[in-house]
Amino acid sequence: MNNSSSFDIEIPARAKYLSLVRSLVEEAAETKTSLSRTQVEDFKVAVSEATTNAIEAHARASSDETIKIRCTVDSERVEFRIADKGCGFYPDQIQPLPEPDDPDRLTFERGLGIYLMKVLADEVEIQSNKNGTEVTLVIQVGKSNTAVTE
Amino acid sequence: MDFNVVVASQNGWEVLSISGEIDMATAPQFRKQLLDTINASLPTITPKLVLNLTSVDFIDSTGLGVLLGATKRVRGAGGDIRLVQNNPRLAELLAMTRLDQIIDVFASVAEATEGAAADAPSNTNSDASTGNDL
Repeated sequence: MNNSSSFDIEIPARAKYLSLVRSLVEEAAETKTSLSRTQVEDFKVAVSEATTNAIEAHARASSDETIKIRCTVDSERVEFRIADKGCGFYPDQIQPLPEPDDPDRLTFERGLGIYLMKVLADEVEIQSNKNGTEVTLVIQVGKSNTAVTE
Repeated sequence: MDFNVVVASQNGWEVLSISGEIDMATAPQFRKQLLDTINASLPTITPKLVLNLTSVDFIDSTGLGVLLGATKRVRGAGGDIRLVQNNPRLAELLAMTRLDQIIDVFASVAEATEGAAADAPSNTNSDASTGNDL
């Protein structure tokens, strides 16, 4: 990244810190005035989803460790990297979203998070192993993302 | 804005007006309020719920999951559930997750409590029977 600036934060794995993380996304995105309001709001949801997954991963692993978040901003993009110390998972084994008329759809109360991340961020990278998961989310400056409805 | 739910009755519907952010932090409170309202109707009355989301500032997949869970429970009891919202952002999320094809969405509480399911606005993209069959 050229002329990039970054900051790191660590948050306790508690749901009450999600709104703080969303505020950080807002602050970082505000430095890029060419980002549309829709892009910023989409990115807030994506980062919030990744952080929620990290908090859940720590709960499942009974870990008291903090979740590490790095934000990097340059002229072309805003990047958030969320790293947890949970037990990891297999991203390619995520169940696809059932069709609306599929009776199983009403039982699909969970599992939307990664789907939304992939739809709402311009780039998503997930690295996961038994020692934890690192999710990298990118929103590109000057690119107008469009909603995927199908 | 702090998360808050206000419950009122209107035209035979229980209207839950939600304000604030719905995420992992507030979803348990939201879920409990929904379950309390549904259970208060049962077993004498089939639950008819309108969820007014016009003052919701943020919702994520956890909140959407709560909506889906409430829909499953209400329909399982033979009842009906409707959403009210006028926020393009929320409309986009409902479309992405196709919840707008599962739950009827109205622009105002008045429309939701007066209109029949078949009168649902076009943005629900719904054949009303689709939702009732689930």
